[in-house]
Order: sequence, then C-alpha cells, then structure tokens
Amino acid sequence: MPSEITTVTGTAVHLLLDDIDTDRIIPARYLRCVSFDGLHDHVFKDDREHDPNHPFNDERHQDAEILLAGRNFGCGSSREHAPQSLMRWGIRAIVAESYAEIFFGNCTSLGIPAVTASREDLEKLVETVKADPAAQLTVDIEKKQLTDGDTTIPIDIPESARHALVTGQWDFLSQLVENRDAVKTTAERIPYMSGYAN
Amino acid sequence: MSDTRNLFNKVWDLHTVGTLPSGQTQLFIGLHLIHEVTSPQAFDMLRERGLKVMYPDRTIATVDHIVPTDNQARPFADGLAEEMMSAIEKNCREFGVTLLDLKDDRQGIVHAVGPEQGLTQPGVTVACGDSHTSTHGAFGTIAFGIGTSQVAHVLATQTLAMNRPQVKRVEVNGELAPGVFAKDVILYIIRRLGVKGGIGYAYEYAGSTFDAMTMEERMTVCNMSIEGGARCGYINPDETTVEYLRGRPFAPQGEAFEKAAEWWLSLASPSDAEYDDSVTFDAADIEPTVTWGINPGQSVGVSEEIPAVSSYPKEEQTGVQEALSFMELQAGQSMQGLKIDVAFIGSCTNGRISDLREAARIAEGNQVAPGVKALVVPGSQQILKQAEEEGLHKIFEAAGFEWRAAGCSMCLAMNPDKLQGREICASSSNRNFKGRQGSPTGRTLLMSPAMVAAAAVNGCVTDVREMLEPVGV
Repeated sequence: MPSEITTVTGTAVHLLLDDIDTDRIIPARYLRCVSFDGLHDHVFKDDREHDPNHPFNDERHQDAEILLAGRNFGCGSSREHAPQSLMRWGIRAIVAESYAEIFFGNCTSLGIPAVTASREDLEKLVETVKADPAAQLTVDIEKKQLTDGDTTIPIDIPESARHALVTGQWDFLSQLVENRDAVKTTAERIPYMSGYAN
Repeated sequence: MSDTRNLFNKVWDLHTVGTLPSGQTQLFIGLHLIHEVTSPQAFDMLRERGLKVMYPDRTIATVDHIVPTDNQARPFADGLAEEMMSAIEKNCREFGVTLLDLKDDRQGIVHAVGPEQGLTQPGVTVACGDSHTSTHGAFGTIAFGIGTSQVAHVLATQTLAMNRPQVKRVEVNGELAPGVFAKDVILYIIRRLGVKGGIGYAYEYAGSTFDAMTMEERMTVCNMSIEGGARCGYINPDETTVEYLRGRPFAPQGEAFEKAAEWWLSLASPSDAEYDDSVTFDAADIEPTVTWGINPGQSVGVSEEIPAVSSYPKEEQTGVQEALSFMELQAGQSMQGLKIDVAFIGSCTNGRISDLREAARIAEGNQVAPGVKALVVPGSQQILKQAEEEGLHKIFEAAGFEWRAAGCSMCLAMNPDKLQGREICASSSNRNFKGRQGSPTGRTLLMSPAMVAAAAVNGCVTDVREMLEPVGV
C-alpha cells in the first residue's frame, strides 16, 4: 500500500536541459512490452549511447535518487514508461524548473515527488553535485524546501500533489473506487449516458 | 443571470463527481479509448486488486502503434509486437471491452477511429493513454491524454483525479491563403506561444478561421495542442460538427440525434464567456510552415530564414544551438531546397481523407524524386477504403509512393517503419523530437501533407504554393 512520502534524501544526478521529451527519456521502441519490468535499462538510451559523458552514464551517479532537470521536463508523449523507467533506475524525486502536465501527473501517481525550484537555485545545485557527486540532498515535500548541507532553498509543488504524497494518498485508484456510488449518480445526470433520452 | 461559463467549464462542471482529499476533482469520463501500448499494465493493475471494468460499454479498444503497415500476417515478425497484440486481445475478451482489431474494418489510429465512428461527441469527456487525445477536442469535448495508472483508474471507476486547468482562448481570424492548411495554423500557434505556452491551460480555438474549417481540419489543430504544452484543446460545436456526426454508427439516430444536437450546440461558449487568458492572431500572417529544430515550436514560414540564435530569449539559446547542431542547419539558412531522404504522409495529425486528397493533388502526374522513399499511410481502414474508392492510391502508386495499411507507422516507429541513420524525413506527423522516427540520429521536418508531397517529388523542401494550379484569374 502507498506510504507517506514527506522527504527524499539521497545523491543527485543532473540533467539541466529544457524540453526533455519522454521519447528521449525512453525511446518508443522500448515501449514494446506488456509490463514495466526492466525499463530501467532503457532510460535515456539513445542519449547515453551517443554521449559517453551523459550524467546517467557517470559511474559516480549510479546510486543517485534525485534528478535535477530543466524546464518543461517530460513533455510530449503521455507514456508512463518514462517515469517508470526513471523510478526503476533509482530516481525517487525530481527537482526541475517546470514539468509537462501529463508527466507530472504520472509521477504523482507513482509516488515520485516532482517539485520545482528556480533556475538559479538549480544551477547552483548542479555545481554542487558536479563538485561532489556524493553530496546528500534532502527534498522535504512537507516543508517545501531542499537542503544541501548548510544551504536551504525553497521548492514548490502543487498543493494537491503535496497533500497526496505527504498523507500517503497518492494511490488515487483506491480513493476513486471508494466513490463509485457518487460516480453512478453523476452518470445519471449526463445526457449521453442515457442515450439523450431524458 | 446568464451563464458566462465557457464550454470547458460547463462540461467540467457537469462531469464533476466530487472533490478528493487532495483538492483535485474526481471527473467522470464519458469515452475511454485504449490501444495496445499503454493498456496491458493497466489491466494487470485491475487484476492485482480484483477490480472489474465499471462501464465496459464506455471503453473501446483498437490497435495502431505497433501494427506493421506492410505485412500484417499473424504472428507478427516482431515477437514483442505479437505479445502486445495477444495481450490486448486477451484483456478485452476477459474484461468485456469491444476491440476493433486488424480483422475489423473499423480499425485504425485511435484518434481517427473515435471521430469517424461517431464515438466522439460534443460535451463528452474523453480520455486515452495517448497524448494526442486532444484531437477529439475538435468536437467540443474535453479530451485528456493520460498515463497507464490513469488508464487503470478509468477502467475501474470511469473517473480521473484531475486539477482543473485554466482556459485560454486562442483566436485566429481571416481566410487561409491557398497552400496554407490547418497544420500550418497549429504550427504557427505553437511557434508563437511556445512549446511551454500552454502549460496549465486548456486552449479554446476560436475565430473565423476555425469556424470555416472542416471537422478534419479542426482535428489537425486540436491534435497538436499537447505540442504547445496545453492539457487539451477544443473548438466549440457548431453546424459543421452536427452535420459531421449525423448518421455515424455510434452517434444517436433519429429523434435522439436531434435532441443531442440541440444539447451539443447549447454547450458552445457564449459570446460573453469568461476566459483566464486570450490571444489573437491573423490568418493572413500564416504561410506554409516547416520545422527546422527538435521541438515543434522550432519552425519557420517556408519563405523565411531560420532565425538568429540571438533572437531567442537567453535561457532558450542553448536549446536552439543544440537543435541547429543536431539538424546540421544554420541560422539565416532557408529551409527551401534542403534535401530529404524520406517522405511520410500519415499519423493521427494528418492521416485523414482530406489530407490524402491534398497530397494526391500535388503527387498527381509527378514522380517521387530519385533516392527518396515515400510512404502514404491512411489513418484507418475506413480512410483507406475511401481513398481507394476515389482512386487516390493509384495516383500515389503511379507517382512512386508506397501505399500502406492503416496504423501509426513512422510517426513514432514502434513498428517496422523507421528512419535509418541520419536520414531527413519530411513528415506530416506531430513530433520532431530527436530519435522520434526510430533512428536516434534521424531528422524530422514537420509540415502539411501537401508540403510533404511537394518535398517528395522535388527531393527537397519546396514551397507547395509553387505547385498549385492557379485559382481563378
């Protein structure tokens, strides 16, 4: 069952580029599967093969649990395979300047806090991580702040997602299922549900 | 007091089941479309929890992404594709969902099938595990692309947990010049508003340019809302919408149709509707458009040059440089004359009958340039049948285009249709992302189907207006 997610502490991997689309996070040919198992092998597959220096190739970042990213992260295709592949690679929180909305929703459904920070703060964090890949960062979803040693920066997350994560209610399926009677009542008042008979 | 809610808010309110502890709305979904790529794990989630599909009649399945467009004999040569195909067959059988498979002449790209079968109707909330679900907004629906966990939510409860987006009215007025198509309009809007411009918004497309469009053109516009960052996009229903739906298999029939039509038209945003933001463009400023970069906002009018890097905001310049270097293009360069290797006409954006007709007009009597591989892939079996009845396939084949079976094909290359190496593809699809068309280093130029046909016969990017018959005197 889902747990309460209030903080994520770990080392970080940085990818401070804008408009990283989900085809880049996981190219479409790796969506030929009927389960999400094993997707971690394909995260940023093409980018990693063409750039030996890609941060996800860097030995020092292999245990990273926090991803630092740019603006409009996760744009394009709605494939949940994208956050699934990141999660299965080891990412437990993402700090970016902004997100594409479907990707953000998918992250929340998986219990991955996707928080935002200013570009300036992200740039500083990337410098910290480059200088010391073992630096431990703490993303505090409850207090909406990120700590890096002695430094604390503000982060943000929409209240609905923050609430869902910190109360452990990010498994929306069980909540939605509980309201099935209300769903039926709603359906009854919608003209097309009765073939426009009413 | 008059109701000043725009269509989006009226439809949202009608479908609101309640407010969740997170503050999100639990929203009823009237039409759920599923396909083979994003549904297998969702059915497994239902199995794990012992849940059933709550309204099996409100979900329709088809197969499109992995479907080979040449040899469709089963089992498929690609074992993984075959496994996905078997999974959707088994899941639909087990959970009581109608599947329009390859043997069914209603099969096709999910966003072509919904409208042509009359499943997509004004005032319906639509969801599908595919970001181009925004296509259905052409009918005055609110239509969301969703992830696989959310597909499970809709299967089990017919609802989604959603935050209500704001609504931005995107107005375009005036007539489109010859050679300028719906695709050019949406590429222009994305270029002007940016690929992040729509974040947090639903786009309402309004104004005389959209009023004059056919439903197919409206679908092309709404299809690419997601490329502009919008959560969805829609156009208010009008007589064009009603007439399109009349007589379609899943549309109401007889008296019920007239009642439905009255309700559909009543949903349109009133002239005094309220919006969170608005922007206005002039159709006269839009010319045939081509992308030069690696996101759909990086485009130019075909008579223009690629803008200087310095003309972009500072924070975007790194991305612009990356795009130019990947594409091996330079600022100041014209796209006209750029050699292509592949021409692709198809996809949920531009694989409908009117797209094929426009492309055939350009192809007719011409030959695909030597060395260019050109594919025409109808969006659905119904479109394919219609095109063959009109003899379009003969025009394409005589001109040297390959005429294929319905599917997503080279739009995203989850099937055998792929770019090789550094090939450059003139494509009527929706995304020019790095690697999108199957080769990690392949390059995509997005444009209208007529522009793709023009590029195919000339072997390079061409202003389609030079190939049109003069109109009038």
